[in-house]
Amino acid sequence: MNKTLNTSPDNTPPSGLKKFWSDFSESTTAVVALIIFFTILFIALFAPWVSPSDPYDLTSVDIMNSRLPPGSEDFAGNIYLLGTDGAGRDMLSAIIYGLRVSLGVGALSGFVALILGAAVGLSAAYFGGRFETISMRIVDIQLSFPSILMALIILAAFGKGVEKTVIALILVQWAYYARAARASALVEKNKEYVEAAHCLALGHRRIILSHIMPNCMAPLIVVGTLQTAHAISLEATLSFLGLGLPITEPSLGLLIGNGFDYMYSGDFWISIFPGVALLITIVSINLVGDQLRDMFNPRLQK
Amino acid sequence: MTSFILTRSFQSIIVLFVMSLIVFAGVNLVGDPVDMLINPEADQMEIDRVIRELGLDRPVSEQYWYFVVNAFQGDLGRSFIFGEPALKLIIQRMPATMELALFSLFMAVVFGIPLGVYAGLKPESKVSRTIMAGSILGFSMPTFWVGIILIMFFSVSLGWLPSTGRGEVATYFGVTSSIFTLDGLSHLFLPAFNLALFKLSSVIRLARAGTREVILQDYIKFARAKGVSETRVVRVHVLKNIMIPVVTIIGLEFGSLIAFSTVTETVFAWPGMGKLIIDSIYNLDRPIIVAYLMIIVVIFVTLNLIVDILYSVLDPRVRIKGVS
Repeated sequence: MNKTLNTSPDNTPPSGLKKFWSDFSESTTAVVALIIFFTILFIALFAPWVSPSDPYDLTSVDIMNSRLPPGSEDFAGNIYLLGTDGAGRDMLSAIIYGLRVSLGVGALSGFVALILGAAVGLSAAYFGGRFETISMRIVDIQLSFPSILMALIILAAFGKGVEKTVIALILVQWAYYARAARASALVEKNKEYVEAAHCLALGHRRIILSHIMPNCMAPLIVVGTLQTAHAISLEATLSFLGLGLPITEPSLGLLIGNGFDYMYSGDFWISIFPGVALLITIVSINLVGDQLRDMFNPRLQK
Repeated sequence: MTSFILTRSFQSIIVLFVMSLIVFAGVNLVGDPVDMLINPEADQMEIDRVIRELGLDRPVSEQYWYFVVNAFQGDLGRSFIFGEPALKLIIQRMPATMELALFSLFMAVVFGIPLGVYAGLKPESKVSRTIMAGSILGFSMPTFWVGIILIMFFSVSLGWLPSTGRGEVATYFGVTSSIFTLDGLSHLFLPAFNLALFKLSSVIRLARAGTREVILQDYIKFARAKGVSETRVVRVHVLKNIMIPVVTIIGLEFGSLIAFSTVTETVFAWPGMGKLIIDSIYNLDRPIIVAYLMIIVVIFVTLNLIVDILYSVLDPRVRIKGVS
């Protein structure tokens, strides 16, 4: 952090976004990870235009092309860079569409869990009392169980499906956000600007939403990135086990699970490549999250 | 101390009670308990008999009471598939899961501590950087996918190690386990390594952070000044001091190894209780699901209680905070 302060020629601290970027780009690894992540995001968002074919368009999929090894060509002259799966679908296209599902489920569940967790955490810190005791006790109990177990319990009770998987991921994650939000809100709550807001007789809602919350965002963003990576991995695991998403929403986990059946006959590409895509996604998000955590960690600030 | 243990035990009982309520509600209120608990292939007479036997014709509060009383008597229903008491089936498979979890824990510690200490002693060296990069990868790689890669590489391509089942078991001192036979060990190695990988990464990180902190302490400087050999400094002075956080984390995380063994057991067809629960969820064998959930809750609550009590023994500050 010393370096950034020295490099600014005048003594005025750099503006928010600039300072953020100069702190962030201190780690080359993190910048590369961010670029990779944005590339993945772009591919996932524009899947229909980026992917070589639509793997779920039944007219273009031919069972005759099933289990072709990577780089092979079919009679029509289409080249399958990453091979085909048991139904003759192009693996590259299937992975691109799978990324879409995996990222979508991860982002949606992470976003809802963030809002839910932040609401509980902030109000627990702000109002205190019995609400705080009870809600934080629930958070403690929930966090003492591993996330995979919580998700299994929820899915065993409700059954599989897109919305059920999303609900399970939200219920698994909200506690992390609640704990992080409460921890930083407890610090902010006693600062002078909150006192000033109280003196102005502002309403509770306004103090929480427009005064305390903006100052608690940094740790929540860190928890958010790392949790989203975790959610994507968890969804893949559940879908692989056949308990998460239905086959109509083929996420990366389901693709890997499909390939598992063919693996003993040596058709490695069907489950390896979706796994590599999943791994790159998770690692890039984790590396960005690690850098953000270091940036916001006051103990590492010099 | 006694009051701390008592409050904590009381809290654990409340957690157990709440979890039993949730599991009960999940089975009896979300779905139709007649569908959930009675074999779908049963005829009307059988259905009526089981409804009376399970007390499903009574009010909900009374049903919950029956559920709890039966659970205390070790009766959590009969499996639809196997036709045997659910609890018995799970307990039969428990040793395989415990063996897998303990062996992975052993692997994580045996490999993790030396690697972590090395990375802590020479943080700038290439080997250390490789170790740390590996630990980030170990953190990020989904367990099930690593399992697939291991099978593909060591079983399908190289043909070195078997990929399914538990292998031959032998019994010594009343313990039946596959670690006593060579065949069993070869079956155990891949799944245990798969399950250990995640824990291995966290042990490496902990050992490294601990070493970097300890190495700066005065007693290390003193030991070196005294002329103690570097090996002895590491073996005695460093290792002893980093063991405290490592051991506590290991205790805390043993439960998560059991939970994650559901994934590893499914990939490697390991006949433990994790595979049983996944199979039962597929087959809608609900008595087993309920029984598994109750057992795992009991295991977790007990583990947490033990860790809490150990904490308070090691660190009196926890005790004081816990009571107030």
